[in-house]
Amino acid sequence: MGGNLTGTVRLTRLALRRDRIQLPLWILGTTVLSSTSYTAVREQFPTEADRVTALRTAVDAPAILMLRNAPTGTSDGDMMAFQILAFLAVLAGFMSTLAVVRHTRQNEETGRSELIGSMVVGRHASLTAAMIVTAGANLVLAALLALALIGNGLPAAGSVAFGLGVGAAGLTFAAIAAVAAQVSQGARAANGIAAAAIGAAYLVRGLGDAFGEVQPDGYTMTSAWPSWLSPIGWTTLVQPFAGNRWAVLVLPAVFFAALLGTAFALADRRDIGMGMLAARPGPARAAAGLLSPLGLAWRLQRGTLFGWAVAIGLFGVTIGSLAGTVEDAFAGNEGAARTIRELGGGGALSDAFFTAMLAMVGAMAAGYVVQAMLRLRSEEAGGRVEPVLATATGRLRWLGGHLVVAAFGAVALLLLAGVSAGLVAGLGNGDLGDRLVDLGAAALVQAAPALIMIGYVVLLFGLAPRLTVALAWLGYAVSLVFGQLGELLNLPQAVRDVSPFSHVPALPSADVTATPLVLLGVVAVALGAAGLILFRRRDLAL
Amino acid sequence: MTTAISVSGVVKSFGRSRALDGLDLSVDVGEVHGFLGPNGAGKSTTIRVLLGLLRADAGQVSLLGGHPWRDAVALHRRLAYVPGDVNLWPNLTGGEAIDLFGALRGGLDRRRRDELLERFELDPTKKARTYSKGNRQKVAVVAAFASDVELYILDEPTSGLDPLMEAVFQECVREVKRQGRTVLLSSHIFSEVEALCDRVSIIRQGRTVEAGTLAELRHLTRTAISVETARSIDGLVELPGVHDARVDGTHARFDVDSAELDAVLQHLHRFELRALTSTPPSLEELFMRHYGNDAGTGTGDDGSGSGDGDGGRGADSRMAGV
Ligand SMILES: Nc1ncnc2c1ncn2[C@@H]1O[C@H](COP(=O)(O)OP(=O)(O)OP(=O)(O)O)[C@@H](O)[C@H]1O
Ligand SMILES: [Mg+2]
Repeated sequence: MGGNLTGTVRLTRLALRRDRIQLPLWILGTTVLSSTSYTAVREQFPTEADRVTALRTAVDAPAILMLRNAPTGTSDGDMMAFQILAFLAVLAGFMSTLAVVRHTRQNEETGRSELIGSMVVGRHASLTAAMIVTAGANLVLAALLALALIGNGLPAAGSVAFGLGVGAAGLTFAAIAAVAAQVSQGARAANGIAAAAIGAAYLVRGLGDAFGEVQPDGYTMTSAWPSWLSPIGWTTLVQPFAGNRWAVLVLPAVFFAALLGTAFALADRRDIGMGMLAARPGPARAAAGLLSPLGLAWRLQRGTLFGWAVAIGLFGVTIGSLAGTVEDAFAGNEGAARTIRELGGGGALSDAFFTAMLAMVGAMAAGYVVQAMLRLRSEEAGGRVEPVLATATGRLRWLGGHLVVAAFGAVALLLLAGVSAGLVAGLGNGDLGDRLVDLGAAALVQAAPALIMIGYVVLLFGLAPRLTVALAWLGYAVSLVFGQLGELLNLPQAVRDVSPFSHVPALPSADVTATPLVLLGVVAVALGAAGLILFRRRDLAL
Repeated sequence: MTTAISVSGVVKSFGRSRALDGLDLSVDVGEVHGFLGPNGAGKSTTIRVLLGLLRADAGQVSLLGGHPWRDAVALHRRLAYVPGDVNLWPNLTGGEAIDLFGALRGGLDRRRRDELLERFELDPTKKARTYSKGNRQKVAVVAAFASDVELYILDEPTSGLDPLMEAVFQECVREVKRQGRTVLLSSHIFSEVEALCDRVSIIRQGRTVEAGTLAELRHLTRTAISVETARSIDGLVELPGVHDARVDGTHARFDVDSAELDAVLQHLHRFELRALTSTPPSLEELFMRHYGNDAGTGTGDDGSGSGDGDGGRGADSRMAGV
């Protein structure tokens, strides 16, 4: 190996050493999860009749289909794939993107690469080593998944298809991360791009499944075309245990090769530590708008907000355009219509659909808020708060700047989703005014849990700065699982009530009720105020 | 008001380790005050207490007549701070960062800002992510000196600057000093402290071990000399200020207190100097001398309790001698 690749072997060994705990944990965790899911399926749905009933409900509920995937049958393997396959692809995706970024951009940022760069290594060595390690991890994951399932007594072909499907998703996202690592301005941004790609892939696949075609048997379905656009969709389209459609795996293979080629081409034109898009000079003087804590917070946060706005705007347009389809799809299927009405709290079919979809938008807005508020901590830990608080900027003004941007951002994102969905649905239906008002309001009530998340992060930041990041995401995840999935998981009401999402009125299906909204607001303010007081009294945690 | 900074008996612990252990510091208005101490001695911690970023566990602190924690915002209008580790926002240009710090402090002098940019040869249009360590430091230094304030708190402001820029920095400090401003300068660069400071405080393990004017400090510094003369040297060992002398006929090696240097050289002239090399004490040697002899129990950050005690006593005896 000469030239560009010199030193690859050494770097690969170095990367393996660094990952000797992390990657095995990911791989084993993912494998254990699939085995657990297999056991759960056998316990929850022991008989064929149980399974058919469950799947009949599922194919009628787009919200369930978005979170699971299109059911392909009632065998143990089919049921397990229905429950967990898309989720495993997400896990493989995160394992892979994090690993690729870790061994490329993150290395550069911590200066490790400059050290390495001064040894004899070719300019492709670091990327190649990262890809070898990541590809290896996915291969091992695929093999272990297949072996574990075969060991559980599932058919060999299906088990292999299952493992390969998950591994292929991991590889695809590894290639996406490789490109992101070249174009972006740093590890943080690269991880962001890669995570957005995983999110988008999951969402697009979800839409493909939600609007898939129910087969004559009434409980299996074929995914609609959007699934073919998503790397996670490719995994589910392999249909392990049902079709075992090996040919589908050509898609991730081709995609992987193309993106990897792009990444290497980009690596040729990039300086260590710089992105493709970096080095342009900027203004020599600050615009007046920047010169305040709020102005600074806006400047730091606007990029993230615009990114979310694009994603949520697209989502709004998509669900808006599907309103008519929902009505049509269920026009001839009274049973399905009843199910979805129950799920959405009664009313028109499309209203129930929008209720379910806007709850997802609410979850996204809350996710945005957590990300935005965690800037507080990254600014503090990165040493950028110290010089600001050493100026005549009080702690509350500094924190307030970020708080205002996050709250404004959440409301703006929700309005954007409601208005774009309302606009598209209304134009298609001719009741533009009503739709805009209904969906705008339905989206806006979702601001309540987002505001609670703001208060919650402020409290954590004041109370336990070093644990803020971990506890913030944990709280978000718990709220999401308890609130949004509580019904699916059959959790007791008391547990579900812990989540702020459980208390949002189900607009547009139900009527607005002021009491829960006011209460959520009060809780948000109380959490935030406590956090502010604590932050004012504590040392900066550097 | 003649005292800009007055700190007495300040204690600050992080968990179980004591970063400040009864620290005293007094800075008069209009003086440039050097703040020295080995790594981990507590310089930055002291400065953060002064800035109200950390709250002292015990002791009195007064800054420009106010309380650094309670009156933080009002006080910060009257001071400028350069952190030891300058962290900027990667997406902002240097010029934007300078304007931002200035505005948050309550305004900055545009003309002075542009003049300083020129003197420090800093390109304000570059994004902070592309700045080297030295250039990031310059951003903070320019932002500080472009502000019209009473007090400058500088934490190792020149640790990344090249010698040329170091000279520009020293000029800036002299300028603000001429205008009657006060400067607290933490530094590891002894020549810089020597060139700029009226008084210095030296701390170790969170305590003040030395405080006085530069002349007093210089008194404690020694230069290593090696000479060769035409005739045999004698009488050298008996001279005041000469230490560790090894005389071998026409060769001599010795250390001499800087204050006595002139007298010793005049003495040596009598033997016809042929060659002379002098090695000024490095900061390291100075520290070794200050801390090594009578507080030799350790120079690490986390000395044991008894080590601290020794350091304290050593300091007292030296202070008395000055
Ligand atoms: N946030 C913190 N948490 C825990 N320990 C700390 C913290 N900040 C400082 N310390 C400890 O306090 C002591 C004093 O540190 P400080 O940064 O004040 O030293 P310094 O004199 O500025 O050193 P240097 O010359 O290296 O800048 C050190 O032992 C350090 O490890
Ligand atoms: Mg320091």
